[in-house]
Amino acid sequence: MPVRGDTLYAAILRSPHPHAEILSIDASKALARPGVAAVLTGPEVKAMTEPFIVGVKAPIDDWALAVDRVRYVGEPVAVIVAGDRYQAEDALDAIEVEYRPLPIELDPRTAARPDATLLHPACKSNIVHDRTFRYGDPESAFANAPHRIKLEVEYPRVLCAPMEGYIVVADHNAAEDSFDVIANFQGPFSVLTVVPRALRVAGNKFRLRTPPNSGGSFGSKLAIFPYMVLICIAAKKTGRPVKWVEDRLEHLAASGSGPHRITNIEAAVAKDGEILALNCDHLEEYGALLRAPMPGPLYRMHGVTTGTYGIRHLAIRNRIVLTNKAPVSLVRGFGGPQIYFALERLVQRIAVELKLEPLAVMRRNLIPANAFPYRTAAGALLDSGDFQNAIATAIDEGGLGELQHRREEARKAGRLYGIGFACASEPGVSNMGYLSTLLPLEARRKAGPKDGAIGTATVAVDGNGQVTVASDSTPQGQGHRTVLAQIVADELGLTPNDIAVNVELDTSKDAWSIAAGNYASRFAASTANAAYLAAGRIRKKLAAIAALSLGVSSESLTFKGGKICSLTDPTKTLPLYRVAGMAHWSPGSLPDDITPGLRETVQWNPRELTPPTENDEINTSLTYGFIFDFCGVEIDRITGEVRIDKYVTMHDGGRLLNPALVESQVHGALGQAFGATLYENFAYGADGNLLTSTFADYLLPTAMEIPPTQLLYQETPSPFTPLGTKGVGEGNSMTTPACIGNAVADALGIRDVPLPITPVRIAALLHGEELPPPAKFTSAPSSTTAATVERRHDSLMQRLFSKREQL
Amino acid sequence: MKPAQFDYLRAGSIEEVVSHLETYGDRARIMAGGQTLMPMLNFRLVEPELIIDITGIAPLAHIRMSGPWVEIGAAVTQSSLLDWSDLSREVPLVAAALPWVGHFQTRNRGTVCGSIAHADPSSELPLVLAVLGGAIDLASKRGTRTLKVSEFQLGMLTTARAPDELITSVRFPRAKKGEGYVFREVARRHGDFAIVSLAGMAVAGQVVLGVGGVAGSPTVRAFGTLKDAALDDALNAFAWEMGGHDDVHATARYRRDLVRMLGKQVIEEARACLS
Amino acid sequence: MPILKAGERHTVTLTLNGRPATGYAESRTLLSDFIRHELGATGTHVGCEHGVCGACTVRVDGKAVRSCLTLAVQAAGCQVETVEGLAPRGTLSILQEAFKRHHAVQCGYCTPGILMSLTHYLETNPEATEMQLREVIGGHLCRCTGYTQIVAAAVDVATRLREAARKP
Repeated sequence: MPVRGDTLYAAILRSPHPHAEILSIDASKALARPGVAAVLTGPEVKAMTEPFIVGVKAPIDDWALAVDRVRYVGEPVAVIVAGDRYQAEDALDAIEVEYRPLPIELDPRTAARPDATLLHPACKSNIVHDRTFRYGDPESAFANAPHRIKLEVEYPRVLCAPMEGYIVVADHNAAEDSFDVIANFQGPFSVLTVVPRALRVAGNKFRLRTPPNSGGSFGSKLAIFPYMVLICIAAKKTGRPVKWVEDRLEHLAASGSGPHRITNIEAAVAKDGEILALNCDHLEEYGALLRAPMPGPLYRMHGVTTGTYGIRHLAIRNRIVLTNKAPVSLVRGFGGPQIYFALERLVQRIAVELKLEPLAVMRRNLIPANAFPYRTAAGALLDSGDFQNAIATAIDEGGLGELQHRREEARKAGRLYGIGFACASEPGVSNMGYLSTLLPLEARRKAGPKDGAIGTATVAVDGNGQVTVASDSTPQGQGHRTVLAQIVADELGLTPNDIAVNVELDTSKDAWSIAAGNYASRFAASTANAAYLAAGRIRKKLAAIAALSLGVSSESLTFKGGKICSLTDPTKTLPLYRVAGMAHWSPGSLPDDITPGLRETVQWNPRELTPPTENDEINTSLTYGFIFDFCGVEIDRITGEVRIDKYVTMHDGGRLLNPALVESQVHGALGQAFGATLYENFAYGADGNLLTSTFADYLLPTAMEIPPTQLLYQETPSPFTPLGTKGVGEGNSMTTPACIGNAVADALGIRDVPLPITPVRIAALLHGEELPPPAKFTSAPSSTTAATVERRHDSLMQRLFSKREQL
Repeated sequence: MKPAQFDYLRAGSIEEVVSHLETYGDRARIMAGGQTLMPMLNFRLVEPELIIDITGIAPLAHIRMSGPWVEIGAAVTQSSLLDWSDLSREVPLVAAALPWVGHFQTRNRGTVCGSIAHADPSSELPLVLAVLGGAIDLASKRGTRTLKVSEFQLGMLTTARAPDELITSVRFPRAKKGEGYVFREVARRHGDFAIVSLAGMAVAGQVVLGVGGVAGSPTVRAFGTLKDAALDDALNAFAWEMGGHDDVHATARYRRDLVRMLGKQVIEEARACLS
Repeated sequence: MPILKAGERHTVTLTLNGRPATGYAESRTLLSDFIRHELGATGTHVGCEHGVCGACTVRVDGKAVRSCLTLAVQAAGCQVETVEGLAPRGTLSILQEAFKRHHAVQCGYCTPGILMSLTHYLETNPEATEMQLREVIGGHLCRCTGYTQIVAAAVDVATRLREAARKP
């Protein structure tokens, strides 16, 4: 990203403590270092900005950097602005901070206790949200059920870790007191409204531009917004543009992972496996702060808490607890992995306890194909599907029989082999009103209705007939430009190469809404439809102008090969560029009912996304795809390693606009899900330090860790989107952990499967009691050696940040 | 993540290196491939005054057979050694272990001696050197000396190299007829540091097993002709003596279990190589 | 050679994609920063600065190496090749063509590094097997693709090279 020649560069001093009071900060020595232009610390940030607003009714004290108190390792404490990044980092060492450490809370369960150390004393509790929901008559269903089967599951923190970190370039115009920011922010743009508020300027004095390319995000780049505030203030203070590039240590420590959820899930079950009622008690840990749009993961899936099943009686309890860990940000799947790891593991458990086949239990409870659109107990309106057919196809084409044969052979030979299944309803396009479900009815009434999800796209044709498309989807590598070009080209009888697509977004002059951005699988089911509708309007307009010129009716015209031609009279034809020229060069000759110019912006909102009802029913998303997965795994008895023999995933994502791009998304989600399930462990030590602060410790899968996969598709169009599309691309983040978990449970005959499923955890189950040391063995397991080795595995974060503290 | 400031010397000769080492001692760092040192510099975990780059010193770039030894100079990269056509014949255990060292891209720059010098208990080459009973050549202003690996490896990231010494080469004993070798490693991902690595060498029914990743440095034990329960007992004692440690990837208990179970496999496989 | 003093700017001249290139560097300047900020070749990306992710991989004297684990002053006088030099402007190398064909690129951040590694490896091992190529790609992290299509593209090129070698 090119920057002005006088741009300064920022580096951030971060907390080495999980919880401490800041007694003093002295930056005078740092200011004296070569190249240093300015230092920002808590008192200044407090003087120049407002704290961030919070999504729940709790007095959480949240500033762009630590004010008076740090609450997690890696929390920004000061910003240095210098001539280059090397100089800025040199000066970090010279900031003197005096801390008084405070007791810490890391475990969600203990942090939830009344006697826990408070993260935010004004909140009076670390539980900052507690709400129950009830649909149907779950109490009676449980009281009368022949079986009650329950499970406690945990879904740990997971990081998406895009290869490119956060980048912010900010400039301040002193004459107008306005800010101009370039950042690889991804939306949702509802979050953007908190930034000018924190900067104490009106929204129209804060301009955000997004770059043409961004190195991946998967949700992560939402959490860039506090840094926008910091870098804006740095620019205001220095009077020069300031650039900050997040490095990998900063990203791993403080960009925010997904939440850690503990779910107690229980089903009331009939003898044949029918689930009569479901009870979900969620305790979700969000770290030290609850930053917009949190607590999204807890509510995004609310309508589909019952997944793909027709369960009519439902009870939910949602609690949020804060701890001394990095604040949670968006991740791929956003709430889905947590819901489905609980629900699909429970389905497997029901099968085991009732001695039924897991597939039989699944099928017994699926919503029937003739029931769509189907309103779930919690209010989701599932648009379309044929789950039964998708499963039948997957079993057949994916070769379940072969895996079953391999399992039989392996078990005969004494090897550990298991098969797992999972299915999910994959949401696309979030209802802007879903988070308001967390408010009690009275509060919702007071605040006014929240609903809908506007998708925005612009199609423009210039005087030479050249077509340009712009959109609100801020892609980070998903291929939106390709798809937009294809949709508009199809509509106007051109080729995709004829269409120029610009997906940069400038909030000061482009069309957007609070729903803009790259999240919740909204592109195919929202933005793409807006582009389709905008192209349709252009087509209609061009047809009307051409019809006038050719003396035919516009209904009789078709668009083909860059021409507008009559379907009935081949002599009646005009090149598209001629017709476009007429619109630009002679607006006076257009009929009165045609507006001048050829630029159409469509802001499309689906009617199905209504606000929460009085009974707390909420249609959380617009479209719901279907996923069915199965896999075979073999477990090494010695090392405890889980080898995925084969993984099959079936997707019904509605109409697929570009199957190759969908396939790429599915492979990508699978890769991340294999990592989340088997390798990635976002680990804090008992002292609150992050143990996984480098890529040598936070283990992302490489090409060597990807097993053989088979992708299958079914296309059931959505009746709610003009193109029949649904959201795709997040699904395997939701199903895969449950599917592999179920396979491991099957292989080992175990009830609880901890995530990530690491060799050490499996080996602990397999190896039994350890052989005692020999009788003559006296020394304890060479304690000096162990201690020395331990030092190497101390948190790098702590060593780095502490070094600076000691100066 | 940028290094702190340092002076940099691209040394042209061993004499130049040792003369600066004499002056700077601990305040200087030798850089060969830099595949371990550079991350430490970027993290600012080390902030030397002087970096002495030895990659341009021609007399350190040799791989040669020297009597019973294969001698590898301090500027030789892991990939050059892997590409050496005589490797599998002369030091089959090195040939088996080298592909486990980092990745193709880091082997292209990382050196054999650098890995030995860093003495990470879970890295592969120090283990192989220990099992084979290799030697390390050192030079300083005071002169040169050669240490046996057992004298050189002192513990976790610690060696007998004095602050004014340069490792000029490392020597692996050349393989002889009638020897069997096995290398095994358990890591979370391919290319990662080992959780446990095992190297077995069998000569005429006698087996030596070396283990990395468990104790503070590679540990070698002779298991002779032990079999069955006696071998199990000996491996159990060996595992307990090394102890192991807990970290984010594995527990001490897991490491000991792998020593018992994989140790037995490696010993049996090494014997099988002979027959 | 003289000691290059800390805190001073030194002239570094190297050959970048076949042409001489000169810029200033401190002794501590990383080759990745030098290539991007001083020489303006921003096709090389920086992903972790501790040698794990592979995004910054370039070729120095023909070998694929991490430019974040190399000092700019070490590359003085060397032949440095980056993604910009893989093919003449407006064209693609056989490997780049394969990446395009197989949809092996999403956000493109890891891609230049992977291309440099594979280009080096396939030059020296045109008969590479899928497992060997997987290992080479295993020296890189990608978060978008799940690697499947990257492996497919690399295998495709190896197959073509093998077939081309067999033709008289």
